[in-house]
Amino acid sequence: MGCSSEGVAAALRAAAEVVAEHRSELVELDRAIGDGDHGENMSRGFTAIVSALETEVPATPAGVAKLAATTLISKVGGAAGPLYGTAFLRASTRLGDADSLDVPLLVAALQAALDGVQARGKAVGGDATMVDALIPAVSAAEACPADASIADVLTAAADAADRGAESTVDLVPRKGRASYLGERAVGHMDPGARSTALLLRAFAEAAR
Amino acid sequence: MTVGIVLVSHSAKLAQGLADLAAQMAPDVRIIPAGGLPDDGGIGTDYDEVVAATQRADAGDGVVLLYDLGSAQMTAELAVESLSGGLAAVVADGPLVEGAIAAAVAAQGGADRKAVASAAAGAGLAPDLAAVDSPSDSQEKELTLTNEVGLHARPAAVLVRSLASVEAEVTIRLGDQEADAHSVLALMSLGARQGDRILVRARGPEASDALAKVTGLVESNFGE
Repeated sequence: MGCSSEGVAAALRAAAEVVAEHRSELVELDRAIGDGDHGENMSRGFTAIVSALETEVPATPAGVAKLAATTLISKVGGAAGPLYGTAFLRASTRLGDADSLDVPLLVAALQAALDGVQARGKAVGGDATMVDALIPAVSAAEACPADASIADVLTAAADAADRGAESTVDLVPRKGRASYLGERAVGHMDPGARSTALLLRAFAEAAR
Repeated sequence: MTVGIVLVSHSAKLAQGLADLAAQMAPDVRIIPAGGLPDDGGIGTDYDEVVAATQRADAGDGVVLLYDLGSAQMTAELAVESLSGGLAAVVADGPLVEGAIAAAVAAQGGADRKAVASAAAGAGLAPDLAAVDSPSDSQEKELTLTNEVGLHARPAAVLVRSLASVEAEVTIRLGDQEADAHSVLALMSLGARQGDRILVRARGPEASDALAKVTGLVESNFGE
């Protein structure tokens, strides 16, 4: 079973709601180890995506992902703007001109998003960044059985991302502003890893 | 024509102030600040503004972008990627302030994009040790730092200022690291602390004067 561009748009609307619900949580996480604007920035970015989708929903899943990418790059600011923007942009390129999303394409797009984030931010696993949520998420998606549904794949990815985000609590950050805190940042979850897990959970719920 | 320069900073004031400063040394270079957020002037980087600034900085010979912190680098790189069509732009990896000055001066002198970027990247780095190692005509003196903070920002700045009018090349060595005594950042990067023994080396017409000045500062604890 596939997922049309309308389905991808619905997933982004669901993500916007989840980001808005968790805005203060993300602000609190970021305030502990960064500059405290992650919740605000993400909320602004996804609100702008919802507005853009009200005007027009692009015809293909790739078009919707590209719209999300350009909106996030322009509206989010901070490190999250170029990172999430690059993730959606690379996913969009990987989706090509397909009319609908199937499981193999979804997995490939997730992998492309991860590669893009790593190329842009130069972070590897264990640096206490969103990459620590994305790497296990992509692995979990890849490990799903051939007959899994899109919802199953996204749920597996979201579960793994949750555990990955949880793992950043014990890590010493090596990227971004948190890296200046060094050991003092241990004990705090990385806000970017948390927002990645939240987005994947929202996509999974929307696919059910 | 000259290579244009874009200063990407989280702070509008920082980008603007630095553009003003660099422009004093490079009146013919397009130095465009791209700092802060557009709506409220808050702290952050704005992709659209960086793209626009890069387009405005281009006078036909391309653009070099400098940045302050992590996400400014990513925004600059993303802008360069997206502009790659007709406009030749590169992101230079260097300290923002000293790099901007070095880049502006290089661009003013007619350097190409690659040379401007490497001037920015090389700014503030310790000089090549081989180049300064044991020149025969140099004089040297060992001193012990007795002031409380060692060669931290303020003492380093005092030292650099005191040498500004002295005609001599001066370096300071701590252990196996050597720094240009005319660069505050290079001196700070030594991490010399109270009790450390430093080796001051000077060459040039006023080398003795330079050694005397540094000795005087160290002995007076940099006026602390």
